[in-house]
Amino acid sequence: MTNFPRPALAVACLVLLGAPAPVHAPARTNRDVILATTTSTQDTGLLDSLVPRFEHTCGCRVKTIAVGTGRALALAARGEADVALVHAPALEERYVAQGKFVGRRLVMTNDFVVLGPKADPAGLKHAKQVEDAFRALAEGKAPFASRADSSGTHLLELTLWKQAGIEPKGPWYLEVGQGMGATLRIASQKEAYTLSDRGTFLAQRSTLDLDVVFQGAPDLLNIYHVMLPNPDSFPKVNIPGGRAFADFLVAPETQAFIGTFGTTRFGEPLFKPAANRREEDLRRRAA
Amino acid sequence: MDLILSGTRHAFELLLRGDPQVMEIMWLSLRVSGIATLLSLVTGVPLGMLLALRRFPGRTLLLGVINTGMGLPPVVVGLVASIFLWRTGPLGFLDLLYTPSAIVIAQFALAAPVVAGLTAAAIQQLDPRLQIQLAGLGASRLQILRRLLHEARLPLLAAVIAGFGSVISEVGASMMVGGNVLHYTRVLTTATVLETEKGNFDVAIALSVVLLTLTFCVTMVVTTVQQRGALRR
Repeated sequence: MTNFPRPALAVACLVLLGAPAPVHAPARTNRDVILATTTSTQDTGLLDSLVPRFEHTCGCRVKTIAVGTGRALALAARGEADVALVHAPALEERYVAQGKFVGRRLVMTNDFVVLGPKADPAGLKHAKQVEDAFRALAEGKAPFASRADSSGTHLLELTLWKQAGIEPKGPWYLEVGQGMGATLRIASQKEAYTLSDRGTFLAQRSTLDLDVVFQGAPDLLNIYHVMLPNPDSFPKVNIPGGRAFADFLVAPETQAFIGTFGTTRFGEPLFKPAANRREEDLRRRAA
Repeated sequence: MDLILSGTRHAFELLLRGDPQVMEIMWLSLRVSGIATLLSLVTGVPLGMLLALRRFPGRTLLLGVINTGMGLPPVVVGLVASIFLWRTGPLGFLDLLYTPSAIVIAQFALAAPVVAGLTAAAIQQLDPRLQIQLAGLGASRLQILRRLLHEARLPLLAAVIAGFGSVISEVGASMMVGGNVLHYTRVLTTATVLETEKGNFDVAIALSVVLLTLTFCVTMVVTTVQQRGALRR
C-alpha cells in the first residue's frame, strides 16, 4: 500500500455504492405523497397493509411519517405533508377553523381503554364513570404512565383529567414522552396504569403484563379523520396526491378491508370503518 | 435472555436466507452511510490537513469547533437539517426531505468533523522535520502532502472507521430527515426502533445483529488494510 489511497479501490467503492439498490417497486410516475399520521396506524400494521394497495393504483410513492397526532398536525398545518390521518377531533376542528385544513372526513374508529396491572390496586374495575376512574388513579395507589407527547391519546388523557377536576402531578404521574408502544411497555414494566387505543394494545398484548381495567365510556371513543392541507395556503403541497389518498381511505373496498384488518392475527378487528358516518351519531351510539 | 438468543438465531436465518426486506434495508444502510463517509473523507481530510499544516487567524477556534462537532448529537443535526429541507425552508426547493439523499446530508454533517478532527491530529502528530526534509530533497508540494498522508495512514484509517461507525449507528437524524419510509428510507437503525415500538422484539434483535455484523465486516476490511499497511512500514 505505498500509494494509499489506492484510486482503484476508491473507484470500486464508488461503483458499488452507486449501483442501483435491489428494490422491487412498481413504476412510479406521479409525485410522492407525504402522509402525516399517528403512531397507532403504523404500530398496528394497518398502514403496512393499506399503503402498498394505494401505491399500486396511483403509481406514486407514499412517504408515511408516523409521529404523534400533535406533531403530524403541526407538520401538515405548515404544508409539510400532503394528507393527514389523525385522531384528535378537538384539535383538528381548531385547525380547520383556522383554515389550515380542508376536506375533513371520518375514516374509522376504535376506542381507548384504560389499562393497568392485573391486580388493579387502584380499583378501577369498580368505577362507573370515566371521571371516577381518573379520580381513583389520582389517589396515587399506583403509577400512571402518560404519553406526554401531544399525541391524540395524550390530548384525550389531558381532557379526561380536566373533566375529573384533577391536575395530575406527583411521583405517581410518569410523563414518559414516547410513542404508544414504548409507553405500554413502560407501564407494563412499572406496574403502572395507562391510557391506550385498543388497536395498539391488542397488537402488542402478548408482550405486555397489562389488563383492560376500564372501558366503554362515550368519551373513550377514538375517531380517525383524514384531511388535506388548505391548497390556497400551501402551493407546494401535492394536492391531487393527498386527495387521492384520502379518497382511497374512504372508498368502499378500503373500508371493508379496514373492518376485517387484524381479525386473523388478534381474533378481532382493530378498527371499525366509519366513512360517511357522522361524529355525533357515533358518540350517541357509544353512550 | 431467550429473546436475545432467538433473535440472534432469527438474524442468521434472515441473513442466510437472504431475506429480501432485510437485504434491501441493509443495502440502503450501507449505501447511505458509505456515501456519507466517502463525502466526509473528500472534505474532511483536506480540511484536517489544512488545519494541521497552516497557521491562520481563527485556526484554533475552527479546530475547537470541529472537535466539538465530533460529538454532535444526531437529533440536533436531524432537526436542523429537517428545518432547512422543509418545503417552506431555505432548501425546500430541492425537494429532498424524506429521501435517502437527506440522510446522506445529515450523516455527512455528523461524520465530516470526526474525519477532519482526527486527520488534523494525525498529521500534527508527525515529526515536523519530515516536511522540511522532504522539501530539502526537492519534493513538490503535492508530493509532500502525499508523503504526509502516507505516513499518517494508520490514524487516517482509524478516522475512516470512526466516521463510518458514527453514521451507520445513528438513528436520530435518519429518523427525522428520512422519515423511516418503507422500501425507501428505512435503514437498519430506524427499522430497529420501529420493530421495538411495535413490540416485535425478536425482529428488532435480529436487525441489531445484522447491523453489528455489517459494521463488523466493513470495519474488518478497513482494519485489514490498516494492519497490512502497518506491517510494511
